[in-house]
Amino acid sequence: MSNPDSGTIDLAEEFLGRRTPMQRIQVTLHRYPYLSPLIVLIVAIAIFALINPRFILPGNLSFITQQTVVIGTLAIAQTLIILTAGIDLSIGAIMVFGQMVMANLAITAASNAANFGLPPWLAITIGICASILAGAINGFLIVKLSLPPFIVTLGTLSVFTALTLILFKARTIQGPEMPDLLKVMGVAIKIGSFQLMVGVIVMLVLFAVFTYVLRMTSWGTHIYAVGDDPQAAELSGISTKRVLFSVYVVAGFITGIGAWIYIGRTGAASPNADPSINLDTITAVVIGGTSLFGGRGTLIGTLLGAFIVVVVENGLALAGLDQAYRVLAIGILVIAAVALDQWIRKVRA
Amino acid sequence: MTNRITRGRTFAAIAAVGALSVTLAACSSGTTATTESAAAAAPAASEAAAPAATVAVSLITKDSTNPFFVAMQEGAKAAAAAAGVELTVGSGKEEGDDAGQIALIENAIAQGQAGILITPMSVNVNEAIKKARDAGLYVIALDTPTDPPDVVDITFATDNCLAGEAIGQWTAGKLNGAKAIIARLVIFNDRMVSVDYCRDNGFLKGLGVDIVDPTIMGDEALTGKYTTGAGGDYEIVCLEATGANEEGGRKGMETCLSKNPDINVVYTINEPTAFGADAALKAAGKTVGKDVFVVSVDGGLAGVEAVKAGSIQATSQQYPLRMASLGVEAIKAIADGGAPPANTSANGQFFDTGVTLCTEDPQDTVTSAPQENAQYCIDNAWG
Repeated sequence: MSNPDSGTIDLAEEFLGRRTPMQRIQVTLHRYPYLSPLIVLIVAIAIFALINPRFILPGNLSFITQQTVVIGTLAIAQTLIILTAGIDLSIGAIMVFGQMVMANLAITAASNAANFGLPPWLAITIGICASILAGAINGFLIVKLSLPPFIVTLGTLSVFTALTLILFKARTIQGPEMPDLLKVMGVAIKIGSFQLMVGVIVMLVLFAVFTYVLRMTSWGTHIYAVGDDPQAAELSGISTKRVLFSVYVVAGFITGIGAWIYIGRTGAASPNADPSINLDTITAVVIGGTSLFGGRGTLIGTLLGAFIVVVVENGLALAGLDQAYRVLAIGILVIAAVALDQWIRKVRA
Repeated sequence: MTNRITRGRTFAAIAAVGALSVTLAACSSGTTATTESAAAAAPAASEAAAPAATVAVSLITKDSTNPFFVAMQEGAKAAAAAAGVELTVGSGKEEGDDAGQIALIENAIAQGQAGILITPMSVNVNEAIKKARDAGLYVIALDTPTDPPDVVDITFATDNCLAGEAIGQWTAGKLNGAKAIIARLVIFNDRMVSVDYCRDNGFLKGLGVDIVDPTIMGDEALTGKYTTGAGGDYEIVCLEATGANEEGGRKGMETCLSKNPDINVVYTINEPTAFGADAALKAAGKTVGKDVFVVSVDGGLAGVEAVKAGSIQATSQQYPLRMASLGVEAIKAIADGGAPPANTSANGQFFDTGVTLCTEDPQDTVTSAPQENAQYCIDNAWG
């Protein structure tokens, strides 16, 4: 199938009801990949709210949305890539690289390695371009040299991390040193006692835009086609190489926006920012019901997946459990999500 | 799609990446001498006598990005350049990368170096350190003692327990009898690492809370009385793991505020964590320095500037540059036939490189460290 909405399930056949209840669930989940994460999220929220009523206070809910913003934004890029049956292990390294470019170009501190002091909008633009370039390097190696995405991005993970340390002398840029525009994503808009971060709005806009792009444009349809069956896609006239390359470039762009959001979120640009973010994005995508085998999945699912990761961590913390239990819970969720995906895929057999 | 790749090609790709990373490692170990170490320059009188074989030393830190470890690397490089020591600089990839440190220790043994300066990641590197000492290397732990401490020859360190006590005592003086509602932002809450439990329990001890086992965090009563200064009630709201960085500090503080929005004391493991906590507190509408006091340990430049600006009220400053430069000089002296250094700390277990409490609001209750204003600490800061 080349689009999540025009599935291979014959509606008439489904209507006749010649299926066991289990099969019906399987078919429904196959048609709506975001249904399982939605159920998990609702159940998780209900349980955590029962354990600790503070969980659903507006203050905590605004913390949850703020904690989702970086992983959610990067997960958009990761979803596009995984839909093509690829993977990006370097996404966090690209984000850190992008934010260090932005921060270093914008400041003029005497202790800084490079004293550029560019206008903030220019620094941000160049930082996003640096991320696009990094994505293009991944895309080039994957498409032109026909290397597997896993190997390429495993390598560029180290390369981009090392470049960040070499170019920027491993120095953390603190909030007060940076112009306000770099930190604008962290500004909170108060709605009663709920705080909406600007970065959260940007993330949601990105989700909306790319959901539209995936559903309504031929580029979006081609991404599903390439991920589902590259040979068939090629035979039907799609340039799989061009689609693949463009996906990594677009992913670089989204990651660049993510870098800007990250600066707002932490109020600092640190070269050792969040080393687990690479895998966290993959976790969010997988829990969100997108198949690691490509061709099936939605951005709504990914958004839900990102929220699940954060809700589970936050909820278990409020329930008084240590970090190790939160990591354990996320691990179990990932395995359950992939097992469910395997089972759902059998619907076609 | 792209799995037409041959095995040879894959290997070539891996080899290329490997070769590149070796090149990068080589670049990063280049020396950048600073003048700062001149202040800390000590004996090493024998440097003029050109030795037959160059003395080689490895500096192995937890990571290469934390300004604290960058300062150590600078101190070591300057001292090595001055003393004619061949220095290899390496680190784990991140907090928790034991395997990375073990490999670097093994490299030092293989190269027949004279000694190792290491900030041990955890007890998991103990065996490798023992191997190094068996092979005749003099091993100095920097900043973080090993557990048990006699795994290394000697430790050059800040007394992290005293550093924690000083900020706890300061907090008690500042509260002056008011109820303490405490958030604790540590590195890990599911693993016990010495720097982590020493600072955290030191803080509680300084405040006058019964810490039960000094090597375990979180075993103390969640409510009770603190006794330092005027004394009063305390309530511990949370013990959150942050990974000791900004994002972790912000997330941890947010979790704590969700548990209890009335927190008025925030202990942070280091200043990056404090910056994250400060961002979360400000976003929650708190006035830091008035509604809530943020205390920390480290004394990095950005950290003590934050003391001046008011987003941190007190922090214990330590001196990593001095640890590393003294360490290099000590190994050089031993290799040239000199005597090994002796312990100088209060408990006689390590070589104390000193600590200063940085605050704009000194308190009579502080007895574990001298108090200085932010400007003094800025002038003496690393990073």
